[in-house]
Amino acid sequence: MNAGTRSGGLQTAERFQRAVWKAPLLGLLATLCVLRASTSLGEPILVGSKKFTESYVLAEIAKRAMEEAGIPVEHRQGMGGTIILWEALRTDQIGFYPEYTGTIGEEILKAPPSTSTAEMRAKLERSGVGMTSDLGFNNTYALVMQRAVAEKSHIQKISDLRNHPELRFGLTHEFLDRRDGWRPLADKYQLPTQNVSGIDHGLGYAALRNGSIDVKDAYSTDAKIGENDLVVLQDDLQFFPQYRAVFLYRLTLPPKAIAVLRSLVGTLDENQMIRLNAEAERTKNYALAADLYFQNGASRQQPRAGETLTHKLIRWTSRHLELAGISLLLSIIVGIPLGIAASRGGALGQVILGVTSAVQTIPSLALLALLVPVPFFGISPRTAIAALFLYGLLPIVRNTATGLQDIAQPVRESAIALGLEPAARLWKIYLPIASRSILGGIKTSAVINIGTATLAALIGAGGLGEPILSGLNLNDHATILQGAIPAAVLALLVQWSFDLLDRILIPKGLRL
Amino acid sequence: MSALVQLRGVSKTYGSAAALHPTDLAFERGKTTVLIGPSGCGKSTLLRLIIGLLEPDAGTIQFDGAPITPAHTAELRRRVGYVIQDGGLFPHLTARKNVLLMSTHLKRPVAEMDQRLAELCALTRFPETALDRYPLELSGGQRQRISLMRALALSPELLLLDEPLGALDPLVRAALQKDLKEIFARLKQTAILVTHDLAEAAYLGDEIVLMTEGRVAQIGTLEDLRAKPASAFVTEFINAQRALVLT
Repeated sequence: MNAGTRSGGLQTAERFQRAVWKAPLLGLLATLCVLRASTSLGEPILVGSKKFTESYVLAEIAKRAMEEAGIPVEHRQGMGGTIILWEALRTDQIGFYPEYTGTIGEEILKAPPSTSTAEMRAKLERSGVGMTSDLGFNNTYALVMQRAVAEKSHIQKISDLRNHPELRFGLTHEFLDRRDGWRPLADKYQLPTQNVSGIDHGLGYAALRNGSIDVKDAYSTDAKIGENDLVVLQDDLQFFPQYRAVFLYRLTLPPKAIAVLRSLVGTLDENQMIRLNAEAERTKNYALAADLYFQNGASRQQPRAGETLTHKLIRWTSRHLELAGISLLLSIIVGIPLGIAASRGGALGQVILGVTSAVQTIPSLALLALLVPVPFFGISPRTAIAALFLYGLLPIVRNTATGLQDIAQPVRESAIALGLEPAARLWKIYLPIASRSILGGIKTSAVINIGTATLAALIGAGGLGEPILSGLNLNDHATILQGAIPAAVLALLVQWSFDLLDRILIPKGLRL
Repeated sequence: MSALVQLRGVSKTYGSAAALHPTDLAFERGKTTVLIGPSGCGKSTLLRLIIGLLEPDAGTIQFDGAPITPAHTAELRRRVGYVIQDGGLFPHLTARKNVLLMSTHLKRPVAEMDQRLAELCALTRFPETALDRYPLELSGGQRQRISLMRALALSPELLLLDEPLGALDPLVRAALQKDLKEIFARLKQTAILVTHDLAEAAYLGDEIVLMTEGRVAQIGTLEDLRAKPASAFVTEFINAQRALVLT
């Protein structure tokens, strides 16, 4: 072999390795551009909903009503919770969403219970938010019993329970602990407290059916009340706060849209809502439940020609990969330099490892809630990417730092004694030797990201979390699996492709 | 002729333990000096001070008439070769790339590098066919030969060897001792070698520096040390080693 070809081969290998590292960067830039472009497309009003059946159904009803009035609406379903929806509404990222007066008072305005509706309206107005009047039902806590048992003991009101110390209460743990829960309720009604046990909400219905408990707590419009033919005991001393359903909306919405929301006021009572919730859970389809609402009215629309499952799977999976992929690239780009800095130890190293570890302990919902009000993020996929990026940092930072610290002293000293400058030592010696550990960290980060990317559904950013969340709400295993199986397959594929990547990126001498 | 390396009042402590008490030493050009002594006597510390892996607490070290300062250690290191006990080869690079790492980094012409590699293979009796193997695919003796080639690649004025043969089995060790002696002679190489084996010191060294507890106990040939020991320690050290060899 002559000298020319030998050095030529060397240069090609280096160029290839550089290209391998550069390609993802270009991809990232391209995707960011696409993301920016896609967020500015189209102008439908966004309606949000929380991740439980009734919220989905109410949003779906409003969407249908708007569309009938010729106003395009897009439903961001199953977002993470009150704080995320409120922040999204306050910062004008969604147009409206269904909420409950009790929640508005306690959680959003943090106002005393005596606050009047007019006072609430005035306070909401300061955030540019309007509130419709009551839709017609109150979804609050309630005590429920089997009809036969209640009739036998002549129990209709909560105060009737006072004379029946033999009844067994099976209450959810949340209800047992709540400020407006069991203890003050028992005080107010002077209820017997000897036969009280904590039980899971779902299991509680089964326990009620087979007679192992007699009374349990429920939401007053819970579909299970209709399904199991249960009796809701009357709150005759008005203990439970009012959770009357309303729509919160941006005051800047077109007057026509606000008029549509107002037209829904007073059109839904408790029984009707229980029926719609039951329909949604039975058919696993919120649009069908919304249809039921419009059946008595003018038009019974055919449900929109549904997306095929394959098409949905492709949409969810590609969004999922986009979220996990971009965030992983960002984690790599930021994580490796941080890992290099951390490997040098000292105060800076401690701070870097400490902060990246601490980020891991923030629950995803809390992290999303922190990011949603920030202008650049909002309820866009960017927020999900930012959260995933932060969660993906630790494995990469830690593995880079340990990989570098584990390099044997003689190897380090040889690199120094040869006279290589610090940068050349890092690029030519230390990083290649630590490559196995670094890639291991990236692999861990990638697999975790695939799993965690389901959180994007909490802010309506799509991905495989969408079917998982809605399946959880509907207690529908088939829907959950539509998201869970592709996610698991993706995790395996990522694992395998990284095993392949190991062979390209880890120098052969380290794989002997 | 002035010494290539000159130490004046050089000392080094780790925490409260003195590794090297203030020491004056000169290393002559073209000669092989052997630093010998029991473990912890300061011989490796001395070597690491010269290559700049350690900085002295006090005193000055001159290389080729100029004092060593942090500002030009990188340049200095390229004029000095360094071989350590287990080779310190880079596991992700082939033998060839280990040897040519610095030449490539300094963008030496390819033809010059290839010629140098062939010379070094001949000099260290390393088979050219094994050049594309990785360190893990080489025997211990071959690894030390590559380590030596890497240290000699830029034709250094000074070669430092820190127990280069310490981890090898006796037969390989004997063969390498012989090769080293030939190489030093052929290159007229200025070399400082650390060992704890007196026979090796006597075989390879023009001059022996016997050290104990961070101080120089005596400087001279093995004959000098035996005939005119400077202290009881010198006699004791020589007798202990002789007993080892003879029994």
